[in-house]
Amino acid sequence: MTTVYVPCDSSAVSVGADEVAAALAAVEGVQVLRNGSRGMLWAEPLVEVVTERGRVGYAGVSAEDVPRLVAAGLLTGEDTPECLGVVDEHEWLRSQRRVSFARVGLIEPTDIAAYGEHGGWAGLRRALSLAPADVVAEVTTSGLRGRGGAGFPAGVKWRTVLDAPAGLRFVVCNLDEGDSGTFADRMLCEGDPFTLIEGMVIAAHATGASEGYVYCRSEYPAVVTTLRRAIEVAYAHGYLGERITGSDLSFDLELRVGAGAYICGEETSMLESLEGRRGEVRAKPPIPALHGLFGRPTVINNTLTFAAVPMILADGGAAYAALGTGRSRGTQVFQLAGNIARGGIVEADFGISLGDLVTGYGGGTLSGRPVRAVQVGGPLGAYLPVDRLDVPMDYEALAAAGGMLGHGGIVVFDDTVDMARQARFAMEFCAAESCGKCTPCRVGAVRGVETLDRIIAGVRREDNLLLLEDLCTTMTKGSLCAMGGLTPMPVRSAVQHWPEDFDAPAVHDIPSSGGSGP
Amino acid sequence: MSHGTQTDAAATRAATVRRIAEQHASARGPLMPALHGVVAELGHIDPLDVPVVADVLNLSVAEVHGVVSFYTDFRTRPAPAHTVHLCRAESCQALGSQPLYEDTVRRFAGREDVEVDHVFCFGNCPLGPSGTVDGRLHGRLTPERITRLTQDWQP
Ligand SMILES: Cc1cc2nc3c(=O)[nH]c(=O)nc-3n(C[C@H](O)[C@H](O)[C@H](O)COP(=O)(O)O)c2cc1C
Ligand code: SF4
Ligand code: FES
Repeated sequence: MTTVYVPCDSSAVSVGADEVAAALAAVEGVQVLRNGSRGMLWAEPLVEVVTERGRVGYAGVSAEDVPRLVAAGLLTGEDTPECLGVVDEHEWLRSQRRVSFARVGLIEPTDIAAYGEHGGWAGLRRALSLAPADVVAEVTTSGLRGRGGAGFPAGVKWRTVLDAPAGLRFVVCNLDEGDSGTFADRMLCEGDPFTLIEGMVIAAHATGASEGYVYCRSEYPAVVTTLRRAIEVAYAHGYLGERITGSDLSFDLELRVGAGAYICGEETSMLESLEGRRGEVRAKPPIPALHGLFGRPTVINNTLTFAAVPMILADGGAAYAALGTGRSRGTQVFQLAGNIARGGIVEADFGISLGDLVTGYGGGTLSGRPVRAVQVGGPLGAYLPVDRLDVPMDYEALAAAGGMLGHGGIVVFDDTVDMARQARFAMEFCAAESCGKCTPCRVGAVRGVETLDRIIAGVRREDNLLLLEDLCTTMTKGSLCAMGGLTPMPVRSAVQHWPEDFDAPAVHDIPSSGGSGP
Repeated sequence: MSHGTQTDAAATRAATVRRIAEQHASARGPLMPALHGVVAELGHIDPLDVPVVADVLNLSVAEVHGVVSFYTDFRTRPAPAHTVHLCRAESCQALGSQPLYEDTVRRFAGREDVEVDHVFCFGNCPLGPSGTVDGRLHGRLTPERITRLTQDWQP
C-alpha cells in the first residue's frame, strides 16, 4: 500500500482536490488520506506521496493528470515536471518558522491520535499543572499580542478576566476573518482544529471560564463542519466537558455561525450577535473583559491568538518571546494574496521585511507585471507603494511607515491597478458593511463613494479632493469603531502615493447616477 | 389553489418553524441558531415565520424582524434554483474579479432561476477570482469555467 495525501482544505478543493483524491483512490494499491493544506496555495492541489525519503510533493495536479503521473512513477516519488521533491525540505517551507502552523497540512485534521503524536496537548498538560495566575504569567511573558488586528497584549486581557468578580465567565474565539487577503484562521481550523480547542481550554483554565463559543463566519462552511467534528471528538476523548483529562477544569465549547456581516468581526458587535441581536457595535467602556457576553467577564481573542497559546505553555513564554523583534514577539502567520505568483501561508518571526514576503516568498506578481501597490492589513489597511517594501513587518514599524499589520494579510496589485477605483471601493465597502450606529461612518462612507465618483469623472477635481479629505477627517475623528475610523487609511494612502490616478480630465457636469454602479 | 390548501400549507410551515425554534429555545442566545435552522430547512424566512419564532423564544416581533433584516444570510424570499456568488473583495479584484462579476451579471440578466450576487471574501484569496456556484467554492474562475459549471442550467 502506498499512502498518498491530498488536502481537504477548501482552497485545495476549490481547484479540484476532491477529483484528484477520487482519481488516486481508484488506483490499485493506493490509500488516500486527506490532510490540511501545507499553506503552499500556489501548489494546490498538492499531492504528497509517502516514500522512504519522506513525503514527496507534486504541485498543481489535476484529476486528468493522475494516470500520466502514476505511469511516470508518482507512487515511488519519481521526478516529473510537477515534482517539488521532499516537501519538508522545500526552501519555501523549510525557511519558515512554523509554530502556530506546525501541524497544519501534516495530519488529518480531526485525527486526535495524530494530534497527540505531533506534540498536541503538551501545552494543556503543563497549564493544568500550574495555577491560573501562573498560566496568565506565561502568556504575559511570551509578549503575545492579539492577532485580530489591534495587537492588544493577551496577558493583560486574561489578567483582567481572572481578576474580575467571581461568577460565570466566557471564552470567545473570533473566527470571523472578514478581511480580504486573510485565510489563516480558516486554514488552521480546517487543517488542525485541535490547536484552537487546546488554546481555548488553556484560556478557560487561566481565567476561570466554564463556557466558550467560537463565532465562525458563514462564508466558511468547511470550517463549521471540521471544527464541529473536532469539538465532538474532543468531548469524546475528555478534552472538553466535565473534569477535563481528570483535572478540576470543566469547560463546554460550542460553535456558532455568523450570517454575512463583516462588522460582526468587531468584538462587541460579535457579542451582540451571539446574544441574538443585530450586530451593532457597543460603545466602550465597559470593556468585554469585564462586561462581555451576557454581561459577564469574557476573554475574546482571535483564532491565531489562541493558536499560539499551546506552544507558549508547552515551551514556556520565554521561548516565544525569544522570537521576533521590538514589542512584536513571536511569529506572525502572514498571508500572501492578490496578484502574487506564490500565495499562501508564510509563518515567520516578526521583523521580516515586506519585500522578503512579496518578492522573496511571493515571487512577485502572478501576471509577471511590475508590483504597483501592496495593501497590508485588510480593507482598513493602507496601500503601500513599492518604495516602502523594505519596511520590517512588526506593529510599530508598519505604523511608522503609514501602514497597519492588522490580521497579517498582504494583497499585491500589479501596474494595471487604478488606485482611484481602489479608494472608491474602500468607501463602498464601508458603506455596505457599516453597522449604521454612528453617522460619520454610515453617512460619511456613502458621501465618500459619491465624492470619489465625481473625482473619477473629472468633476471639480480640486474641490472634491478637499471634500474627500474633510470626509476622511470626520470619519477618523467621529466614528465609534475602526470600521468608519480606519476606512480613510486606504483612501488617503491611495491619494497620497498615486495622485496621478485621481487626475481625470476635467468635465463640467455632474455625472448621472449611472456613475455610482460597481 | 383553494383557500383551504393555502391555510394548510401555512399551518404546516408554522408548525415546522415552531419545532425548529423550540430545538434551540434552551440555548443561550438562541435567535441566530434558530434563524439559521429555518433557512437551512425551509430555504428562507417568511414574514409570517417571524411572529412564530418571536413567540417561542419570548422575544418581540420587532426584535426578531430587526435581526432578520440586519444579516445578509437571512433571506426573506424563496431561494432561486441556482446561485452564483462571486467575490468582489480586494484580493480577488487584483486577479480580475470585477470584469468577471460584470460579465456574469450580464450573462444571467433576466433569469428568474439564477441569482448572481457578490460576497466579500471566501478566504481563498491567492487562488482568486473565487466564487461559489450552487454553494460549491471554486478558485481561479474565468468566464469559460463559469460557462462549463452552469451549462446544464435550463432557464
Ligand atoms: C470592523 C472590524 C472588524 C474586525 N474583524 C475582526 C475579525 O474578523 N477577526 C478578528 O479576530 N478580529 C477582528 N476585529 C478585532 C476585534 O474587534 C478584536 O479586537 C479582536 O477580536 C480581539 O482579539 P485579539 O486581541 O486576539 O486580536 C475587527 C475589528 C473591527 C473594528
Ligand atoms: S464606525 Fe461604522 S461600523 Fe463602527 S459603530 Fe460606527 S457605524 Fe458602526
Ligand atoms: S478576496 Fe476573494 S476570496 Fe478573499
